[in-house]
Amino acid sequence: MKILVCITHVPDTTSKITFTNDNTELDKGGLQFVIGPYDDYALARAVEIKEQLGGTVTALNVGQQETEPTIRKALAIGADDAIRIDAEPTDAYFVAQQIAEVAKAENYDLIMMGRESSDYNGGQVHGMVGEMLGIPSLSPVMKLDIDKGVAKMAREIEGGKEYLEASLPLVLGCQEPIAEWKIPNMRGIMGARKKPLKVITPTNNDTLTTPESYELPAPRTDVKLIDADNTAELVSLLKNEAKVI
Amino acid sequence: MTQTLTEAEIKKSTKQDLFESPDFYGIDDLLTEEHILIRNSVRDFVKKEISPIIEDCAERNIFPEYLVPEFGKLGLLGPTVSTDYNPNGGLDYISYGLMMQEIERGDSGMRSTVSVQGSLVMFPIYTFGSEEQKKKYLPKLASGEYLGCFGLTEPNHGSNPSGMESRLEDKGDHYVLNGAKMWITNSPKADIAVVWAKNDEGRILGVIVERGMEGFSAPTIHDKWSLRASVTGELVFNDVKIPKENVLPGVSGLKGPLNCLDSARYGISWGAIGVAMDCYDTARRYALERKQFGKPIAGFQLIQKKLAEMLTEITKAQLISWRLGVLKNEGKATTAQISLAKRNNIEIAMNTAREARQILGGMGITQEYSIMRHMMNLESVVTYEGTHDIHLLILGHEITGIQAFR
Repeated sequence: MKILVCITHVPDTTSKITFTNDNTELDKGGLQFVIGPYDDYALARAVEIKEQLGGTVTALNVGQQETEPTIRKALAIGADDAIRIDAEPTDAYFVAQQIAEVAKAENYDLIMMGRESSDYNGGQVHGMVGEMLGIPSLSPVMKLDIDKGVAKMAREIEGGKEYLEASLPLVLGCQEPIAEWKIPNMRGIMGARKKPLKVITPTNNDTLTTPESYELPAPRTDVKLIDADNTAELVSLLKNEAKVI
Repeated sequence: MTQTLTEAEIKKSTKQDLFESPDFYGIDDLLTEEHILIRNSVRDFVKKEISPIIEDCAERNIFPEYLVPEFGKLGLLGPTVSTDYNPNGGLDYISYGLMMQEIERGDSGMRSTVSVQGSLVMFPIYTFGSEEQKKKYLPKLASGEYLGCFGLTEPNHGSNPSGMESRLEDKGDHYVLNGAKMWITNSPKADIAVVWAKNDEGRILGVIVERGMEGFSAPTIHDKWSLRASVTGELVFNDVKIPKENVLPGVSGLKGPLNCLDSARYGISWGAIGVAMDCYDTARRYALERKQFGKPIAGFQLIQKKLAEMLTEITKAQLISWRLGVLKNEGKATTAQISLAKRNNIEIAMNTAREARQILGGMGITQEYSIMRHMMNLESVVTYEGTHDIHLLILGHEITGIQAFR
């Protein structure tokens, strides 16, 4: 089993987000970065499948040198080697092209990643990679077992779950509870530096989107408690203040 | 009494542990990429495994024994022992310190369990043991299959260990051990004990005593108001036959146990920073959320004074322990330097906990927050492994050359 796990390098989910450059860029100052939480589930399941069936797990990240500690964590968790494509991940199309370019040469049985990154949350890369490679892609996959070259999966769908099977190779966008996040042990951490991390240059610089600006959601306001008998006030607030009725 | 329940019998809190550590002087820049990953991994482990259960364990006096093999799996037990005996070993003293900081941030009792195993059981076997002893015990202690304890303190000899009464009588092909040890972390659950006792010539020797040896028992000390999630007991030796191969061959005299204590005290100096950070982080969050007179209490000068002083003391403590870690790595850290760090950092942790509790007002005394548990734990931490006053006198001796503790 030859598995590629694509990981993103994203701000920790509890980070306070601010923007610079006229609200067109994320302000990275003071932020802690982690493996994208959905990617982390994909990685955990990939390592489990490798332990069960043998094979290799390669971690891939499109990012500049600052992402290497995040990649080392993937190696500490259990990836055998890693690839960093040395470029800023400008948009989903750009990232998908880089992944597809690597994958074309390597014939992976499985290409796994999170259902979406937790920074820009596009959720498009897995679909594009599948299309570029001409193989099926599925998302969001919440359960995965491999049995004699066939992937048995559960996928979250509107109001329920879909159980399906598909032959390899596949591209999968993953989410919990496909596996539990793994915390690397000391042996893994100390061994990570000895594992190969190959840096390659991007092959194509097409970027199809440019952000115009970002804005933060409105801050959470205080909860208003209204007496159960006072429905008139509730209706008035919903109508005039919240403007939802 | 201390209970040992299964994981399923412990009540899990659903409150999310949002802890973030302050790093006002950019200490992270002094650390390697591995150090940071080790620190973050232990923090993740504490948030996942310790924080949800610790209030129930402390309240009901439960030792979560099932976590010991989990500590082993992550590599928290004896990390400075070489990889020949511990697959997770070979780490430096900064790594060890960061681990202690993070575990104690969760709970001092859990840190006690781990640091006794690493610094007081594995360290002496690794440093003073025979090859056979190392092979026999270290891998099982590293994995958490075995739990160990350390017997130095006696009912009548705390600050004065050299006055110990425990005796090892030479019977030719074996020794006979008699005596009692007191305030022993892990003892009621321990598979082995590293015990210090005097031989016929009055020299202190270290021996490995195994659970089940005839005449050896380890009763629990009940009703503690501190370290309630760890188990504490006695060690009682009544004509216990000790094979000669269980004596640690590499050391005799008080320097044996004192060497172990240097290693453990070093770790405690980091652990105390963890407690201070947790109390500071709790107080800072609370002060920003809690409103009085129409604004967050964080906007009042007296609250800001408390928070600013906490951060100042935490930053100083971080620098002390980091520098001490560098000296430890170079083999240069002295006992007196370690005394300064242990004494200072626990004192600032106690002060931080007390100030933080005041910021939280009435909420600070509830189990909803970790502060009171930390405060109670620190009363043990400031007492064991050399009391606050003894460390002061070690420094006094260092400065003047005159011993004032006897």
